[in-house]
Amino acid sequence: MAAKKEADIRFSKFGTVSFTAITKVNDFVDFLEQGKVMGSRCKDCGLMFFPPRADCHNCLAGNMEWFEVTGKGKLVSYSSLAFAPIGFGDDLPYTIALVDYGQYKVFARLSPGLKPEDVSVGMEMKTVANRLPNGQLNYVFERA
Amino acid sequence: MGKVAIIGVGQSSFVRGYAGSIRELAFEGFREAVKDAGITSKDIGASIICSAPEYDKQRSPAGVFAEYLGLVPQPTCYLESLCSSSSMGLRMAYSLVASGLHDSVAVIGFQKMSEISSAESQERMGRGADIQWESPFGTMMPAYYAMYAQAHMAKYGTRPEDLALIRVKASTYGQINEKAVYRKAVSLEMFSDPGSPMSGPVASPLRVGDCCANADGSSCVIVTNEEKARSLSKKPVWILGLGAASAPVNLAGRDLFTGLSVARQAADQAYKMAGVTPKDIDVAEVHDCFTIAEMMAYEDLGFAEAGQGKELIRAKETYKEGRIPVNVDGGLLSKGHPIGATGGSQIRTIVLQLRGEAGAMQVKNPEIGLVHNIGGVGLYGNVSILGR
Repeated sequence: MAAKKEADIRFSKFGTVSFTAITKVNDFVDFLEQGKVMGSRCKDCGLMFFPPRADCHNCLAGNMEWFEVTGKGKLVSYSSLAFAPIGFGDDLPYTIALVDYGQYKVFARLSPGLKPEDVSVGMEMKTVANRLPNGQLNYVFERA
Repeated sequence: MGKVAIIGVGQSSFVRGYAGSIRELAFEGFREAVKDAGITSKDIGASIICSAPEYDKQRSPAGVFAEYLGLVPQPTCYLESLCSSSSMGLRMAYSLVASGLHDSVAVIGFQKMSEISSAESQERMGRGADIQWESPFGTMMPAYYAMYAQAHMAKYGTRPEDLALIRVKASTYGQINEKAVYRKAVSLEMFSDPGSPMSGPVASPLRVGDCCANADGSSCVIVTNEEKARSLSKKPVWILGLGAASAPVNLAGRDLFTGLSVARQAADQAYKMAGVTPKDIDVAEVHDCFTIAEMMAYEDLGFAEAGQGKELIRAKETYKEGRIPVNVDGGLLSKGHPIGATGGSQIRTIVLQLRGEAGAMQVKNPEIGLVHNIGGVGLYGNVSILGR
């Protein structure tokens, strides 16, 4: 009898609490381990996607390549949470934020060292891979 | 194609911890609407049951409700678009009636949020966002809307006090709405008083007073064709225009952060279908799950230019006596927000207003009313325009 194929659940390492274990873009987590935050680009039409996706809705194809999120983006908005959903309480206080890179945007948190009073809308930020205290992986924004 | 009417509306009281099961909760709004229409269950050709899933143990509530409400063997189904479920239900009922498939349809919205704890509820609502890419950062509904508030403040100079004024207005009418869950007065001073619960931080810049409360509740709207409306109802209210839109679930996929694209698109469609403009609206119900949501609604619906919503509330133009009365039933902020029931409650308020039956909340002689109902954080948007 053939051995049962083990499920690839790498994506369960993403975020403080992951709600998705299996996705076709599981390699994203390996890149995070290497300190890289990656999006995907359709090789047929050139559309860039962040967060990355396996399928291009424009071409109805899955002919994708990875690109690295690098350089500076502008802070679109942010909010500091005084309460957290179940499973996130140990992270408080934290600030969620959105950064615009022009061709795509990135949703994440501010780096734990960055206080909300240190930032303002329009400020230049960069995105960096981050390891959480519980061993999980995500990405955060730092001042560019 | 003939006209489509609303001939009956009803809602339960919106409460914390409803002392009954979900079918019994649904019965309350349904009974009021059927009595209001002066019909029986046998006159209803089909039912659409609207709520956001995951609050109930019961799977597929539609069949259970249909039996309990006396709507068997007529067809029934479940419909959800989060907080705008029952406005989406109205849209589907309109199409079932306008197509001639049914001459009458009941849209029944409900939510018993107290089946789970407040923290569990926040977690489930957070999962109405993108669970693969955003929820793992610890997102919540208030924090998403807070990001819109932060962007609005940065771009237009809107102040936290402007948002607080919207809550003060809501409480003015919540105090006289016997079906509202929050019936106490709220003053601007409470927002700067550290001793007041209203001033407590939730997700900057939003405070406790900027947020609506969870509640249990049900609503029902009975929709019929023109012939049936004219034979059954002395005061049918006509569905003049309907608009609906969706937006990327992930904020990273969006371009607008000082308003909701779904509201703008749905409003454009509804105004066009009804052949009216924002100036023609005499009374409106907007989706004020948070104060910033009402501020953006003023602008998205064209009651104010972009960035000028604050002038509308500062001048009290959205009070009952103002140029465009908004949420003069207390809104979600005072009534509470039992997700699936909310749209039906908003529709009920506008129908009562147009019939001149809104009691102490009555606006002077309105002819055209508007309902703005949003699902998720601007994920789904419905705008419905009703007229006498």
